[in-house]
Amino acid sequence: MRSSFFSRKCFAGLIAGVVLTISAMQAMAESTYVTKGSKAASLTSCVAETDDIRRNHMDYMKHGRDDSVRDGDRSGKFSLSECIGCHSATSASGEYAPVDSDGQFCQRCHAYVAVSLACFQCHRTTPEKRD
Amino acid sequence: MSKKCDQPSMNRRHFIGGAIATAGAVTVAPGVMLHALAGNEQANTGASSEKRWGMVVDTNKCADGCSACVNACNDEHNLTGFDRPETDAQWIRTVKLKDKQSGHINRMVMMCQHCEFPPCVDVCPTNASFKRADGIVLVDRHSCIGCRYCMMACPYKARSFVHEALQDQSVSAPRGKGCVESCTLCVHRVDAGQTTTACQDACQKEGHSAIVFGDLNDPNSEISQVLKSNNSTQIRADLELNTGVRYLNL
Repeated sequence: MRSSFFSRKCFAGLIAGVVLTISAMQAMAESTYVTKGSKAASLTSCVAETDDIRRNHMDYMKHGRDDSVRDGDRSGKFSLSECIGCHSATSASGEYAPVDSDGQFCQRCHAYVAVSLACFQCHRTTPEKRD
Repeated sequence: MSKKCDQPSMNRRHFIGGAIATAGAVTVAPGVMLHALAGNEQANTGASSEKRWGMVVDTNKCADGCSACVNACNDEHNLTGFDRPETDAQWIRTVKLKDKQSGHINRMVMMCQHCEFPPCVDVCPTNASFKRADGIVLVDRHSCIGCRYCMMACPYKARSFVHEALQDQSVSAPRGKGCVESCTLCVHRVDAGQTTTACQDACQKEGHSAIVFGDLNDPNSEISQVLKSNNSTQIRADLELNTGVRYLNL
């Protein structure tokens, strides 16, 4: 009797665990990392599958940088200035927030994973307003 | 595919591939050319060694007291200074040369000469300083460690070092602290298919038209025509660097 009670309890725990995990995964899948007030927030997906970009954006940008700087081939699908153009949030006053400032798109994840952002020592952090 | 190398194609693989393709075309269908194997199509993307970008500066037309090209370059690439002329970035500068005997003064602009054999590329320990297939000499800031060997090697004093942290750079000219930089021949314009540089536009707008930019490899381009019909000079021609920037009436 005791053993069957124990296994039933165990099973219930397992079910609860699975349900919790699934709901957590759903929450993660639904959660959005785009910054409110950015152009990206109004779009359904990034230039590629969002999961793909999350995992591989650094590789895509590295290939793109060598092609464009060294070979002058700027036809690549991925470009850092497009990332910034889309992901930079605008405040109510219409000013762009730099993507590497606290709580903004790039910095938020990079601070979490403790990866320093070297891009913006040279690259512009807001979309360019050219007259 | 555009040509990425300025050497003649002696690629073994191409030769063997071509030989097999020819043999295949002959055996499979004599007299019929297989289009897929031709492989000569040129994509429009990227720098190609079929071009060599260069510039001609007519020193007679370069007007005294004018700095329109310098200002245009600064605006185009957002070269903001710190009011420290000794160290502020300078991609193009005006120079006066006075012949002590006759008193004749030559005015001209000096910038990266985009050498065919650039000393800055020779000395760079990280391959950051490089020459594109189309002859434009650039610094890849991703690998520049700021050692400044290239600045010492350049006979034209064409390069600047960024000493201080920068903000609000131009999207088309990313630049930052700790890297060396110089004239890019407006590479962002070239890659976008434009045929003028910022300095050339400004000079033309001022009514001087002292600067002509174009493809040295194209015999019909304006720059080739100007060079063909005028006596031009390379500065420090004795170094045999085959500069891409030439001067008239110097």
